[in-house]
Amino acid sequence: MPKRTDVHKILVIGSGPIIIGQAAEFDYSGTQACLALKEEGYQVVLVNSNPATIMTDTEIADKVYIEPLTVESVARIIRQELPDAILPTLGGQIALNLAVALGKSGILDELNIQLLGTKLASIDQAEDREKFKELMNELHEPVPASKTVNTVAEAVAFAEQIGYPVIVRPAFTMGGTGGGMCNNREELEEIAANGLDLSPATQCLIEKSIKGYKEIEFEVMRDSADNAMVVCSMENFDPVGIHTGDSIVFAPTQTLTDREYQMLRDCSLKLIRALKIEGGCNVQLALDPNSYTYNVIEVNPRVSRSSALASKATGYPIAKMAAKIAVGLTLDEIINPVTKTTYAEFEPALDYVVAKIPRWPFDKFSRADRTLGTQMKATGEVMAIGRNAEEALQKAVRSLEIDQKDLYSKEAAQVSDEVLEKRLVYARDDRLFYLAEAFRRNYSLEGVHEITKITTYFLDIIKHIVELEEEIAHHPQDQDILLKAKRYGFSDDSIARLWESTPAAVRAMRKEAAIRPVYKMVDTCAAEFESATPYFYSSYDQENESIKSDKPSILVIGSGPIRIGQGVEFDYATVHSVKAIQQMGYEAIVMNSNPETVSTDFSISDKLYFEPLTLEDVLNVVELEQPEGVIVQFGGQTAINLAAGLEENGVKIIGTTVADLDRAEDRQLFDEVITELGLKQPIGKTATTEAGVIAAAEEIGYPVLVRPSYVLGGRAMEIVNNQQELANYLKENTEVGLAHPILIDAYLEGRECEVDAICDGTDVLLPGIMEHIEHAGVHSGDSMAVYPPQSFNQDVIDQIVAATEKLAVALKCKGIMNIQFIIHDGEAYVLEVNPRASRTVPFLSKITGIEMAQVATRAILGQSLKEQGFKPGLAPESSLIHVKAPVFSFSKLDDVDSYLGPEMKSTGEVMGMDQTFAKALYKAFAGAKMAVPDVGSVLLTIDGKDKEQILPLARRFRNIGYQIFATAGTSEFLRDNGVHVTPVTKIHENNADQTNILRLLEANQVQLVINTMGHDHEVTSDGFVIRQTAIEHNIPLITSLNTAEALLTALEGRSFTTQSL
Amino acid sequence: MKRYLILEDGSVYEGEAFGAQEVTTGEVVFTTGMTGYQEAITDQSYANQILTFTNPLIGNYGVNLDDCESLQPHCKGVICREVARVSSNWRQQETLPKFLEQMGIPGLKGIDTRALTKKLRVHGTMKGSLINSMDDYEHAFDQLKATVINKDIVSQVSTSKPYPNPGSKRNVVLVDFGVKHSILRELAERNCNTIVLPSSATAEEILQLHPDGVLLSNGPGDPKDVPHAIEMCRQIQEKLPLFGICLGHQIFCLANGADTYHMKFGHRGFNHPVREIATGRIAFTSQNHGYAVEPDSLKDTDLIVTHQEINDGTIEGVRHKYYPAFSVQFHPDAAPGPHDAVDLFDDFMDAMDKRKEEQNA
Repeated sequence: MPKRTDVHKILVIGSGPIIIGQAAEFDYSGTQACLALKEEGYQVVLVNSNPATIMTDTEIADKVYIEPLTVESVARIIRQELPDAILPTLGGQIALNLAVALGKSGILDELNIQLLGTKLASIDQAEDREKFKELMNELHEPVPASKTVNTVAEAVAFAEQIGYPVIVRPAFTMGGTGGGMCNNREELEEIAANGLDLSPATQCLIEKSIKGYKEIEFEVMRDSADNAMVVCSMENFDPVGIHTGDSIVFAPTQTLTDREYQMLRDCSLKLIRALKIEGGCNVQLALDPNSYTYNVIEVNPRVSRSSALASKATGYPIAKMAAKIAVGLTLDEIINPVTKTTYAEFEPALDYVVAKIPRWPFDKFSRADRTLGTQMKATGEVMAIGRNAEEALQKAVRSLEIDQKDLYSKEAAQVSDEVLEKRLVYARDDRLFYLAEAFRRNYSLEGVHEITKITTYFLDIIKHIVELEEEIAHHPQDQDILLKAKRYGFSDDSIARLWESTPAAVRAMRKEAAIRPVYKMVDTCAAEFESATPYFYSSYDQENESIKSDKPSILVIGSGPIRIGQGVEFDYATVHSVKAIQQMGYEAIVMNSNPETVSTDFSISDKLYFEPLTLEDVLNVVELEQPEGVIVQFGGQTAINLAAGLEENGVKIIGTTVADLDRAEDRQLFDEVITELGLKQPIGKTATTEAGVIAAAEEIGYPVLVRPSYVLGGRAMEIVNNQQELANYLKENTEVGLAHPILIDAYLEGRECEVDAICDGTDVLLPGIMEHIEHAGVHSGDSMAVYPPQSFNQDVIDQIVAATEKLAVALKCKGIMNIQFIIHDGEAYVLEVNPRASRTVPFLSKITGIEMAQVATRAILGQSLKEQGFKPGLAPESSLIHVKAPVFSFSKLDDVDSYLGPEMKSTGEVMGMDQTFAKALYKAFAGAKMAVPDVGSVLLTIDGKDKEQILPLARRFRNIGYQIFATAGTSEFLRDNGVHVTPVTKIHENNADQTNILRLLEANQVQLVINTMGHDHEVTSDGFVIRQTAIEHNIPLITSLNTAEALLTALEGRSFTTQSL
Repeated sequence: MKRYLILEDGSVYEGEAFGAQEVTTGEVVFTTGMTGYQEAITDQSYANQILTFTNPLIGNYGVNLDDCESLQPHCKGVICREVARVSSNWRQQETLPKFLEQMGIPGLKGIDTRALTKKLRVHGTMKGSLINSMDDYEHAFDQLKATVINKDIVSQVSTSKPYPNPGSKRNVVLVDFGVKHSILRELAERNCNTIVLPSSATAEEILQLHPDGVLLSNGPGDPKDVPHAIEMCRQIQEKLPLFGICLGHQIFCLANGADTYHMKFGHRGFNHPVREIATGRIAFTSQNHGYAVEPDSLKDTDLIVTHQEINDGTIEGVRHKYYPAFSVQFHPDAAPGPHDAVDLFDDFMDAMDKRKEEQNA
């Protein structure tokens, strides 16, 4: 069927900020969709609140709106743009929910706007648990016994009827938010209450647990002509019971006979046809390992994280095809963009195996509950491709960028058998390493299978690796063993560890023996047809298919998995760098390990190597490609960390040199630079012993900021107020502490700001200054920020610009850098310099119109700023005000304190822009789901030291008509100062006249919680419990008075002044 | 133990042995299916062939007798990248290497199967041998060059005697050119009383059994090597509903004056999209054929093209203009592969029922 001609302008809805359960995959799918629609000649209007994305680039859509994804704001855009249709199936659950809400609001009918892709009724049928179950019954497809409930009592009654364990699945939430496995009544009561609260429909499904079944996923597509096909099948290493987003996954399925596979394929296609999906869809199934019995777990009527993974695993661009299907094209008339010789109606055949491992944030949230269950906790994932499962798995492990570089874990090696078994049964993020440890201790395959229910086929992959470890260790310097080890995915590092040698020595031996990887093409068809996909993975096999071209090339290192502190912003910068490299006439080669992102779309670069980002893997690609240079500035800390090793191996790092990177990152060298330039910085010391740290703190004077050197996103950084807190800090951070020196800085009160600067070696361009809204002490990634600055005078700005220019030139920056300042008593102090692209690059690029990563890349490649047409110095300010707000995923993680501090905790960000600061703030809050009603109630639970500061804020809340609740101390203080307040009792107090603080929250009687009771990080502390309760009940929570003031400013901007004469 | 694949162009692939110890020679082909190694290996259409799996990991779920497509497979050898050390499935009765050993089929693992596949794609299918030592390479290579692929393979894989596959509804005669059990299963599922005849069956022999319809099965090799079957088909189609599958399809086309040709590297796998021309509906089909019907040769025949592969336009199905006779190049019985086209068996049932009704009327 030819494409539709009755539709001209299409509104695409993005997925908003990155949160757990909804990561960069929707930037990838949204970008693909917009480009596909443009390719077909449609006018594309895009709305997304997330500025840190490629999809919000002006070249991706004809018009881009970075506005909150709320009915109110999107309706405004719709009225302004009058699109003919909306495409909501490529922006995840957020876009889908928004489309449903827009439909209900009536605006779509009123303006006669159609929904493209899957129809609303179908979406509802797939998402509404009850309707879905009805459909399954009609189709005679088995689903686990289940019942939709709206109250906890109903949940309990049903569970008692079918028996525990049961699973709670809240309706219309993503990533299984609020759900969980319950083994008894107590657990069910707690989880069901929480789930009902988080479900926009106050609806949960209580389901019989089928824990232990094999979990299988099919990515399927269907078009309007009812052509349907499977793009990819995937099998979870972890059986049912762990959220698929938190499971290790292999593709294609590995342990299904053809009969089982076809049975599940038939079911998947039957479902997609019955639901009349037009586009991509994900079907999750559970298969009994001991019979043909299977259950349909769920259907996602849209592209998802799994479809991004399937796209990268097969090469088949699902989102692009889904967009084309949405405008009426059919699979048998779209050309397969991979082979270019066949049609899109083609079920890809793989001749490799793909392993995906989730990336969890527990390195940042050391106190979080690491147990895995039905609530997804991972922030990102890595994928690796190999010619056998061992190779794929080992490559994936070293792509994770965690402490474990292979299956050997020191921690696991030290635990007792009892603890080991516990770790096997109650899966945490690190179960893989405990499985390996079990085989090292000679546990049998069957024994481990018995307690984990993981199929012995998968377990043997791990056992094989463990056996190989031993074989390698017993044959040092043996070439045959070396080849074997490489074929099963062992890194030079691991071999060196087993041989008690060095990676360099192993590498040298390997090269001498001509044991080198070859690169195989991902072509969707297992080599059956000729393809020219520039998409490769390494393997120790015979034939190399990646041929170096004659054109000079530049290699860009990506940023690996999405994690806290290193998000999609770095993928944005990587993609932009690629564009500039191509414009400058070079071939751009990308290396990355993250399947969710735009940078690993093979159509972005000239060549994509889907590989772990380790020194060995990068060197191997460099040796084959012989690029003119390697750019490390855009891939976050991942790429920067590789720079020194690459240079040592004779690889040319282009841009700021390794020596100069070091000068910025090494404390002592940096201090020398600051002194030389006559700049100011907070007094700081370095210490390598505990006693030294304590002495340094005394000398500087408390409070001090302590952190290990070479940090990412403020890991293990804390403000300590006295020696006791410092001692605690040292106790908790011994491992990070003494391996690297500890930095101790004076903690200055004041406003923080940051600057990204581009330098060509001579001139310096500052696209903009971003002022932080929260006081110094809240990590820059967690703080709200505004451009242009609102509270700096010209003198301060001049100081910032001058210091930036001096630093950039002195540090011989070539490319991009980021500097953080604190403005203390009207003077700018330098806090730190990051000699690389920062997370503010996309934000500033968008609002200033200066494509910073591209400008920086051109500077790196030798085009000066002047040649590029830029006037050095601070770029002229935009007339609009832009506010960035962080977004958190606390509701997905138990036992993580939401009190903001120097350690970064946010997973994503949104932007609000408008004519005034107040309006921009309001939009930022709305985008971050922190919007509170114009009138309502606020609960104040304030640390003693903040009382004076709360008074003016409390008055302002009263002035706009807010009711105030507070605990005894605060309420007395406010009342004494003439502020009307309703007292509530503390958690453990009882008072017949007053409401208990937790009851207040549980009854949803407040619309906002301001809580500054910090420092005591104990999970039982009052401050912690109040914060946790607010998050569980979806009540906006603010832990900094600066944020509270910003919110007031936003609310005041919306309200009229009511004052008596 | 080391083992080598030598090809007629002189190339050698060194890998490791598994399965039986035999030295073997055959036509080296590849299949792209990602599941169903067992069904493929036991498919008689792979007789005389050394089968390469492009999927790098096989043997993962072992072997069970239920999923066999023949009792004594004639596949000459199996090549793959990796064989599972541990296989697991609730129906598993044997591991793959053990099964191959029992069946006398040698295996070769650890070679770059993708490189081999690309070679076959570019140069076309080639003869090859699996040998256990390079000491006698010269001799093995000369033998390989001299080997003529057995043209009488159909009679070897076909049953030597008639046998029944009882049911109580329709009487079907199946002429066995190397039938896959899945075809018999589909007939049994539709409660057919099937009598399987050897490939040498004549029209008279078939008609004596008074069947309601005749099914010409799949089988290995060149359809022109079974001229007697072509003659039989010509006579039968005038009298009885007829359904041809794979080799049966080619025989049906030859019987009606069309021509067949040897494809460069064939269709083996089950992601081949096939369009049913009348409805536009596309099915993913299980395929295993090295020969195909020449499209131009259909022009002056009484056959209408009903199915076509959407990518390379291969003729995938035809129907007779005047007789209730039709055939498909692919396997509607799947196994291994998708069930998208299984309703063709129902079409065959309908054709038989309709004829009966007409006779009764």
